[in-house]
Amino acid sequence: MIDVQAVRRDFPVLDQMVNGRPLVYLDSAATAQKPRVVIETVERYYAEYNANVHRAIHALGERATIRYEEARRKVARFINAPEPETVIFVKNATEAINLVAYSWARNNLAEGDEIVVSPIEHHSNLVPWQLAAKATGARLRFFEVTEDGRIRTDNLDDVITERTKLVAVTHASNVLGTIVPVKEIAYAARRKGAVVLVDGAQSTPHMPVDVQALGCDFFAFSGHKMLGPTGVGVLWGRRELLENMEPFLGGGDMISSVSLTESRWADLPYKFEAGTPNIAAVIGLGAAVDYLTGLGMENVHAHEQQLVQYAMAELRKVPGLTIYGPEHRGGLVTFNLEDIHPHDLATILNEEGIAIRAGHHCAEPVMRWLGVPATARASFYVYNTEEDVDRLVAGLHTAREFFGHVAGK
Amino acid sequence: MSLESNHPVRLSELYREVIMDHYRSPRNKGELPDPTVSIDLNNPTCGDEISLYLLVKDGVVQDARFSGQGCSISQASASMMTQAVKGKTVAEARDMVDRFKRMMHGDEEAGRPLGDAVALHGVSKFPVRIKCALLSWEALERSLEQLPG
Repeated sequence: MIDVQAVRRDFPVLDQMVNGRPLVYLDSAATAQKPRVVIETVERYYAEYNANVHRAIHALGERATIRYEEARRKVARFINAPEPETVIFVKNATEAINLVAYSWARNNLAEGDEIVVSPIEHHSNLVPWQLAAKATGARLRFFEVTEDGRIRTDNLDDVITERTKLVAVTHASNVLGTIVPVKEIAYAARRKGAVVLVDGAQSTPHMPVDVQALGCDFFAFSGHKMLGPTGVGVLWGRRELLENMEPFLGGGDMISSVSLTESRWADLPYKFEAGTPNIAAVIGLGAAVDYLTGLGMENVHAHEQQLVQYAMAELRKVPGLTIYGPEHRGGLVTFNLEDIHPHDLATILNEEGIAIRAGHHCAEPVMRWLGVPATARASFYVYNTEEDVDRLVAGLHTAREFFGHVAGK
Repeated sequence: MSLESNHPVRLSELYREVIMDHYRSPRNKGELPDPTVSIDLNNPTCGDEISLYLLVKDGVVQDARFSGQGCSISQASASMMTQAVKGKTVAEARDMVDRFKRMMHGDEEAGRPLGDAVALHGVSKFPVRIKCALLSWEALERSLEQLPG
């Protein structure tokens, strides 16, 4: 198990007062806090060996390149990618998905083809496919969802058909917490010859991920949600698909030769890494991967499971509180409290030093499906404790009293 | 109230009695059957929505109503705005938008002639909530721009 108190000491940001109370950070699904080792790794790059990668014939450049490529191997091991060259560094999960939507989808889809997406996607795994559909004449089709927010898998063969060329689905919902049975979906998709992209932004930070066992073709995630710096994300793809794709961005570092009228592309992964990358963030992500591996992803998952079950039980005791999503879920709880608007709730909790998310969570279709304009969300990570949950529950009681009192309800 | 005693200044400055009253019993809520101008505006980051309907005759705002949904601040602000703008000339209404914006930047004096809406000055100390308060006033500004002639 995880020694939470020891973990908390690794995160300098947690040691502070907000509005006179110790900070309770419950917004890790938006972005995670960073352990000291990640912060120091970024600082050391800038302080000791700042140089461009893959170009410089000098000591600093050599060291930067070694650390950059070392991070790629760490990430590959972390998600069990068959080879590091199939791990491509991008800006974030959004860019990873857009890379596939441009470089693969626009060259492989045509009128009559179907893209199957789930209705519980983050905008980042929906809007790129709307654009790709518009550009190619392909049609969007949607998985069905159960009443508690799980993707129906008993009718996969009705949804994924011979027309389906691409299935794009999240591994874990950022709103409902739903863990999607990606393996089952990928199996059904591959039987029909469809390519499968998995949005792992909310799963990779929180559970063991094995892209080969999942059976998907593309897997996208962000570094900043898994203790790494902002500005780095990852696209993993099957080699044969990546090799047959056109580049996403043209520029330096992605070519093998250039004349005035044409160019030859560099080998993987550089074909997809045009321009100077976010070197510090990539190396920082390598440190984050080391940190998570040190804790053990099974332990991370178990810790969050324990916490979210405790939170569900405690939150259910708050009168007037509605929890959305399935019973079995990742480490987050989305809810509303009576008719208090989530913004008001977030403001009152913030006065108590508690940080939650309020709004539509970049998932407007999910809000429409729930029939609410917005929700509040508390999300957990390795540094959260049952005490944090208790503070949240106490804050909700206070908000209830305050609003009941002031609004005269 | 425990919360008020913990944070007497900040929260009570934000959630003033008059604001909660407008939130609980919004004035001028509903649609206008034959508006001179109407506009829908939303806040894409948080889901607040407002539809504003104005009846303008002879350069005077005869009637103003709103519909939509959102947090206490956005709803109360819309209610206060419609109340403040009724019976005012278009030029006066424009000036009120300007005053409200200045108030959101911390200039409480600018908000004095805005009626109940001056109570929203406390929002300026909560930067993330300013956009909630501004939504209906931005709808007013755009509506005035769309007036014929």
